[in-house]
Amino acid sequence: MFADLPLLSLLIWVPIIGGLLVMLAGSGRTGLEAKVLALLVSLLTFALSIPLFTGFDTGTAAMQFTEFKPWIAAFGINYHLGVDGISMPLIVLTTFTTVLVVIAGWEVIKNKPAQYMAAFLIMEGLMIGVFSALDAMLFYVFWEAMLIPMFIVIGIWGGANRVYATIKFFLYTFLGSVFMLVALLWLYGQADSFAILDFHALPISATAQIWIFLAFLVAFAVKVPMWPVHTWLPDAHVQAPTGGSVILAAIMLKLGAYGFLRFSLPITPDASQTLDWLMIGLSLIAVAYIGFVALVQRDMKKLIAYSSISHMGFVTLGFFIPWAIAANTGSFSGAGLGISGGMVQMISHGFVSAAMFLAVGVMYDRMHSREINDYGGVVHVMPKFAGFMVLFAMANAGLPGTAGFVGEFMVILAAFQANFWIAFVAASTLILGAAYTLWMVKRVIYGEIRNQKVAALKDINPREFLILGVLAFMVILLGVWPAPLLEVMDVTVQQLVEHISVSKVPAGAM
Amino acid sequence: MNFEMPNFALAMPEMFVLGMACLILLVDLFLNERSRVVTYLLSQATLVGAFILTLSLYTPVRELTFSGTFVLDPMASVLKMAVYAVVFVMFLYTRSYLQARQMFTGEFYTLALFGVLGMMVMISAHSFLTLYLGLELLSLSMYAMVALQRDNRVASEAAMKYFLLGAMASAMLLYGMSMLYGVTGSLDLGEISRAIDEGEIERMLLVFGLVFMLVGVAFKLGAVPFHMWVPDVYHGAPTAVTQFISTAPKIAAFALLIRLLVDGLGGLQSEWHDILVLLAILSISVGNIIAIAQTNIKRMLAYSGIAHAGFLILGVLSGTAEGYAAGMFYVIVYAVMGLAGFGMVLLMSRAGFEADSLEDYKGLNQRNPWFALMVLFIMFSMAGVPPFIGFWAKLAVLQAVVASGLIWLAVLAVIFSVIGAFYYLRVIKLMYFDAPADEARIEPGRELAAVFSGNALVILAMGLFPGALMAICIQAFAL
Repeated sequence: MFADLPLLSLLIWVPIIGGLLVMLAGSGRTGLEAKVLALLVSLLTFALSIPLFTGFDTGTAAMQFTEFKPWIAAFGINYHLGVDGISMPLIVLTTFTTVLVVIAGWEVIKNKPAQYMAAFLIMEGLMIGVFSALDAMLFYVFWEAMLIPMFIVIGIWGGANRVYATIKFFLYTFLGSVFMLVALLWLYGQADSFAILDFHALPISATAQIWIFLAFLVAFAVKVPMWPVHTWLPDAHVQAPTGGSVILAAIMLKLGAYGFLRFSLPITPDASQTLDWLMIGLSLIAVAYIGFVALVQRDMKKLIAYSSISHMGFVTLGFFIPWAIAANTGSFSGAGLGISGGMVQMISHGFVSAAMFLAVGVMYDRMHSREINDYGGVVHVMPKFAGFMVLFAMANAGLPGTAGFVGEFMVILAAFQANFWIAFVAASTLILGAAYTLWMVKRVIYGEIRNQKVAALKDINPREFLILGVLAFMVILLGVWPAPLLEVMDVTVQQLVEHISVSKVPAGAM
Repeated sequence: MNFEMPNFALAMPEMFVLGMACLILLVDLFLNERSRVVTYLLSQATLVGAFILTLSLYTPVRELTFSGTFVLDPMASVLKMAVYAVVFVMFLYTRSYLQARQMFTGEFYTLALFGVLGMMVMISAHSFLTLYLGLELLSLSMYAMVALQRDNRVASEAAMKYFLLGAMASAMLLYGMSMLYGVTGSLDLGEISRAIDEGEIERMLLVFGLVFMLVGVAFKLGAVPFHMWVPDVYHGAPTAVTQFISTAPKIAAFALLIRLLVDGLGGLQSEWHDILVLLAILSISVGNIIAIAQTNIKRMLAYSGIAHAGFLILGVLSGTAEGYAAGMFYVIVYAVMGLAGFGMVLLMSRAGFEADSLEDYKGLNQRNPWFALMVLFIMFSMAGVPPFIGFWAKLAVLQAVVASGLIWLAVLAVIFSVIGAFYYLRVIKLMYFDAPADEARIEPGRELAAVFSGNALVILAMGLFPGALMAICIQAFAL
C-alpha cells in the first residue's frame, strides 16, 4: 500500500506545507487552531515515517525509497532522494522528536505560538531533506535553509541573551558550511555530477583529499560540534526555548555526524586515514575535557549542553577509530563496531538529551530559573517528575540497561582494539558523566528544600507525563533491546567499512 | 562609395522606444494633474510593446547591422527584456510614492524611458561610438532624475556629485577608447578584436587604453575603488529614483563589460583578468565590511550593491562562456533583489516620512507579520542563503571561479559573504527580535503591497526553480 507513495517527498513536504498553513492559521490570539493543526501535521508526518521503518529492507546496503527527478539541468542538479541504514533511523528520530516538541510547547509558548509551531514543522521537513538527499546540492540547500527557522526560533523565543546567541549560532554554522560548498563545487568539476554516490566512486589524489576533508571538517565539526568550535552550542542552548534545545540536541547535532558518514568517510577515505589522529584527538578532548567543563556548570541547560558535546565526542571517535584498529590489528574486522557504536550513540543521545532538556524545561516553566542553586529537594514536591529525572540522568551517565550505555560501550570496545590509552581516556567518561549528571541530580532533586518557591511546586500534569513517559520507554527499550536498530544499520555499515578500507588514490598518483 | 541599406528591423525595439518617448513627452504637455495617469499607462505600454518586439526578434544567432555598429545576439535580447521587465516593475512600485511627493510628472517617465533607450543601445552596441552614445544617454537621464526634486538639498548634492564623478569616468572611458582607436585604427569592436589577435600592436599601448576604459566601466558598475558615488547617490536620490539607478543600469553595465572586454578586447584576457580579480576582491571586501557600519538602510543597500558588483565581476573574470553566463545570471538576479530591497523602503515610507533608517524596521513582525516574512525572504536571498535565488546566483559564479582553478578566490569570496551575512541578519533581528519603536500602521496602497509581495515570492519561487533562467543565460553565450 505504501510502496507506491513517494514517502520521502511526503515526509519532507507535508511538514513544510503544513508549517506554512499553521502560520496562516495563527491569526487568533490563543492560536489554538494553529496548535491543533501543528499537532495533526506532526502526527501525520510521524505516521508517514513508520512505513519507512517497517518497509525497510535490512538485507541491502543500496539506497531505498529512492526518488529521482531532474531539477536544475544546467548544473546537473537532481531532486534525488533515498535512505539507507544510516539515514533511515535518523529520519524516524526526527519525526518522533518533532511530535514531542509540538506537545511540549503547547501551553508554554504564549508569544506567537503559530509562528513557533510553524518554524518547527518547517525545520522538520528541512532536516528530513538533509537526511534523505542524495544530490550534494540538494543536501546543501536543505542544510543551509534549516538555519533560517532555527535562527528565528532562538531569536524570538529565547532567553535574555538570545540575539547574541542566535547570531553567533547562524554565523558559526554558515561559515562552516560555505567551505563545504567550495569543496562540493570542486568535486563537481571532477565528477561532472552532483550525485553523492558518484562522489563516493570518484578517485581523488591524496593531497586533494586532504583539502576536501578539511573543508568538510569545518562544516561538520561546527555542527557536531567538536572542540574547539563548540562555543556556539552552550550559548544557543541556554538561550533557546525548550523545544529549540530539544531539536538542536536531538537532531541538529546529528546532522554534522551524519555528514561525516555520508561525505567525509566515503569521499575522502585516504585523508580520513591520514588525519585520523586529529579526529581521534579532538574527539578525546571533547569526551574528557568537556566532561570536566560540564562538572563546573551552575546552569542546568549549560551542563546538559556540555554533556552533549562530550557525548558527541564518542560519536566522532567511533567513526574515525577504524584506521587505528586496522593499524593495530591489521584488519578492518572490528571497524564496524566503532561506526555502529557511533550510530547507536547518535540515536540514544537523541532520546536522552531530548529527555534531559524537556525535564529541565518542566522545571524552568515553573520556576523560571535554570540555576542549580535555586533548586534542591524537588523530589519532595514532585515525586513523579523526580522519578523520570533520575532515570534520564542515569541514561545520560551511561548506566547499563539504558540507551546511553549501548553506544558508549561499543565505542569503548572498539577503541580497545585500537589502543589501550584511547580506550582509557574514552572510558573516563563513565566516571565523569556519572559525576556531573548525578551531582546535578543530587543538588536539584534530593536534599532539603531550601527555596520557598520549590516548596510551592506542583507535580507534572498529564501532558508532561505523556512526553516524559514515552521518552522513558524509549530510553529503556533502546537500552535493553538495541537489536532492531543494529540490524537496520548493519549491512550499510559493513558496506561502508568495505568501501573505506580501499584506497581511492588513483594508481600512480600521489 | 556605395551605400548599403542597413537592416532597420533589428533595431525595431530601439526605434519604438524612441518614438514612444517623444510621443509621451508631447502628450504629457497637454495633460492636467488629474489625467497624468495617461503618461504612466503609456510608459508601461511602451515597455510591454518593446518586450514583445524584442521577443519576436529573438534569434539564436549573432546579426550585425548599421555598418557593424549595432549587434543583435541572444545576450542582447535577453538583457533588453530583463531591462524592460525591471523598469516595468519599478514603475509599478513607485507610482504611489511619486504621487505622495508631487513627483508624479511626465519628466520622470520620459527620462526613465530615455534611460531605457540608452541601456538598449549600450546592450546592442558593437562599436565604441554606439557604446558611448548609449552610455551617455543613460547617464544624462539618470543625473536629471536624481535632481528631480529641485528643492531638496540632499538630492541636489547627490546629483552634483553623480554628475561630476560620472563625467570624469566618462572622460576616462573616452580617453581609453581614443588610445585603442589610435593603435588599431578602428572603432568597431570586431575590427579591434582582429587587430589585437594579429599581434602586431605594441601590447603596452593596448593595456594602457584597457586600464582607462576599465576605470570607466568600474565606475558605472560601482566597483571599488570607483564606488565613492554609490552610497551618496543612493542615499540622496528620491527612493523611487534609487530603485531605478540600482537595478536596470547594472544590467546595462554588465553588457558594457562584456562588449568591451570579451567582444572587443578578448585578446587581452590575460591582462584584464588580473585587474578584474583585484576589482572583485576589493568590491566584495570593502562593500561587505563597510555595510556593517551603516545605520541608513539605503546606504546599507548601496554597499551591499557594491559587494554584489564584485560577485558579478567574479563571474566575468573566469573568461569562460559559463562564467559570462554566471555573471549574466547574477546581474539579473541582483536586479530582481535590488527592486525588492528598495521596494521595501518604498513600502514602509508614507507621505512625509522616509523609512530609510534601520530603526524604522524594528518590530515589523509585530506590526505586520506578512511583510516581515517577505523582507526575511529578501534579506536571506541577498545574503546568499538557500532556497532563495541569491544563493543560486552566488553558486553559479563560484562554480565558474572554481572551474577556472581559482579556488583561493572562491574561498575568499565565501568568507566575505559570511561577513556580509551579518548586516542582513541585523535587519531580520530588528524586525523579529526587537519591539517596535514606531506604532504607526503600515498602510501601503494595495498595488504597492501586491507588487512587493509578488516580488518577494518571485525571489522564493525562482530559488526553488532556478533552472529556466540559468538555461536562458547559458544559451545566451552558447554561440
